Amino acid sequence: MKATRSMVLVSSDPESLDMGALDVFNTLQQQIAAFGLEEEISLSMISDVSKKTQNPLVLVYPDAVIYGSVKPEDIPHIVEEHLYKGRVVAEKQISPYDLTGQIAWLSARKGTLPAENRIVLKNVGLIDPESIDDYIVNQGYEALGTVLQEMTPQETIAIIMNSGLRGRGGAGFPTGLKWQFVASTKNDKKYVICNADESEPGTFKDRLVLEGDPHAIIEAMMIAAYAVGADEGFVYIRGEYGLAISRMQKAIDQARAYGLLGENIFDTGFSFDLHIHAGAGAYICGEETALIESIEGNRGEPRARPPYPTTAGLWQKPTVVNNVETLANIPAIIRNGADWYKSIGTPSSPGTKVYTILGNVNVTGLIEVPMGITLREVISIYAKGMKDGASFKLAQTGGSSGSIIPASLQDTPMDFDSFSKAGVSLGSGALLIGDENVCVVDLAKVLLNFFRFESCGKCNPCRIGNKRAYETLVNISEGVGTLKDLDDLHMLSQQLYELSNCGLGQTAGSPLYDILAHFRAEVEAHVKLKVCPTGVCPMSGRRVYQIV
Amino acid sequence: MIVEVKEQQDVRQLVRTLVTEKGHEKAELIPILHDINSALGYISDEAIEELSERMNIPSSHIYSVATFYRMLSTEPRGRHVIQFCESAPCHVAGGRLVWQKLQQELGLSNGETSEDEKWTLLTTSCLGVCGVGPVLVVDHDIYGNVTPEQIPGILGNYE
Repeated sequence: MKATRSMVLVSSDPESLDMGALDVFNTLQQQIAAFGLEEEISLSMISDVSKKTQNPLVLVYPDAVIYGSVKPEDIPHIVEEHLYKGRVVAEKQISPYDLTGQIAWLSARKGTLPAENRIVLKNVGLIDPESIDDYIVNQGYEALGTVLQEMTPQETIAIIMNSGLRGRGGAGFPTGLKWQFVASTKNDKKYVICNADESEPGTFKDRLVLEGDPHAIIEAMMIAAYAVGADEGFVYIRGEYGLAISRMQKAIDQARAYGLLGENIFDTGFSFDLHIHAGAGAYICGEETALIESIEGNRGEPRARPPYPTTAGLWQKPTVVNNVETLANIPAIIRNGADWYKSIGTPSSPGTKVYTILGNVNVTGLIEVPMGITLREVISIYAKGMKDGASFKLAQTGGSSGSIIPASLQDTPMDFDSFSKAGVSLGSGALLIGDENVCVVDLAKVLLNFFRFESCGKCNPCRIGNKRAYETLVNISEGVGTLKDLDDLHMLSQQLYELSNCGLGQTAGSPLYDILAHFRAEVEAHVKLKVCPTGVCPMSGRRVYQIV
Repeated sequence: MIVEVKEQQDVRQLVRTLVTEKGHEKAELIPILHDINSALGYISDEAIEELSERMNIPSSHIYSVATFYRMLSTEPRGRHVIQFCESAPCHVAGGRLVWQKLQQELGLSNGETSEDEKWTLLTTSCLGVCGVGPVLVVDHDIYGNVTPEQIPGILGNYE
């Protein structure tokens, strides 16, 4: 896949095909060639976007223009006017608002390129993160002022609830509902915790927010504290993030000096103080109950749940635990309202999502885009295509607990519901893009090695299951695997999911499931033919692990 | 990196100072262990004993915490600690070959310390600088976009 200027998609569901989508596609291909645009414009079929009316559809990105009821004879005009001269053909254009359901997400897409449509990363890179004044000039602490002076805690929760904001740590739990649970639990002491133990491999979005806009997190935590009735908070930052820790400490000191933290803030009767707790290097502490154990001075072993932290969290008090990215959305939602927030993203997952793009693509880095963007768009528009013109084979989402997504799912909108329907997971927002030189057995081996190492060891399925799965994969990669090994891997992935105590073990098996479900032939080649199709695995014929 | 605090007395004094500074609440245990680890290079048995007395926490608990977290060590380490990221993003970006070269150049495997106590070689999980993988960290210096050819040069930066 090469870097392209525009991307043209033709709907290919049964109705569209019935209405001549194939002719439209072929004519587009001829016309694009006739104008000599093949190098600049990519053309593909796309499923699952169209409604029964106005088929077939032709979608043009990054302009986010949709043409409806397109016939082959319309194509020369569209190609000449839009793709060649850059003028939208208004008479064939249809509004995304006319279409409900699956493609409502397109409506928020107009003009969205990197660095536009920023909510979470609004200030990052634009303000001096070590200056509270810079933050205040850019609408900083405005939302806090509104909440403290004009709103009751209940009203604050209602806005967050109506906004549809869902937790960005990976699980996608509705944030307003979590706040409601804590608010309705009666206790004289409650806590707010910011989970900044970002350790999912390939994820560094939270680090950029902490380093670039630390006051936004303080403001959001104070709003959360006011809403649920807490007066103390912790920011749990992983120990490896030295700069983030020092910037956050500086921000807290400044806020305290300005009277934004402390007793009876601005005579409102609301008190709040904030501390940093630096992690000491343990992936599992990103799990909220393990994180709480760690703050209390213990090994980071997840607790049995229920009770959930919302009723018995830090020192057994009701506790809100929110991810950095989730919190960074809060001030903007308060300032602009729930309806504004819902107008971005998809109906079931409003707002934006910050992704880290990594792997075999031309441009790696961070993007913030509306929920519901597809992998195809990410790769061709934001990542500027695959490196060296290689072809796209798979994407690994959300760090190690995400899914291995085959190329066939690259047109699935990336939001919580669409992904869960497709049986894959959005995870924490890392997109590790792999080309045809990536071996799935090798990739799974690396992922399982990670879980084997990072398992806290508290529960047997995770401690032993990950070790066994890793050893089995090593044997397969050495060319001594058997078909029974594949059955064992499948069984292990199920048992890890069903029997593990916490999210780490429950998701650890997903790479096993994914490679068997989507790349079975490649895995079997290792076992039956003793060949690694990509030439990555050692295939030495040496049995490294004796598994009984 | 490592302060010369070899005498038992000095170790105990360090622990007492830290506990006085930070307090003896159990929540301060990990921050104090952090500080001991960066002062001594590791957390020694004397340090655990003294900490146990001062904080009134069983030494078994302190030991279990100190061995749980990757950034804390209960074993002495070399003068320079090399951490190589072995997570998937660095691996896919060519980390496998860098890791082979690193082991070969040092003559060490994962977790080993060289005989002259100069190097300790460790693998680590993601360090959050995946945009420039493969990544390795020597003490506090981060190196990104590392190729096998750069390894001798990087190692040459350290005495």
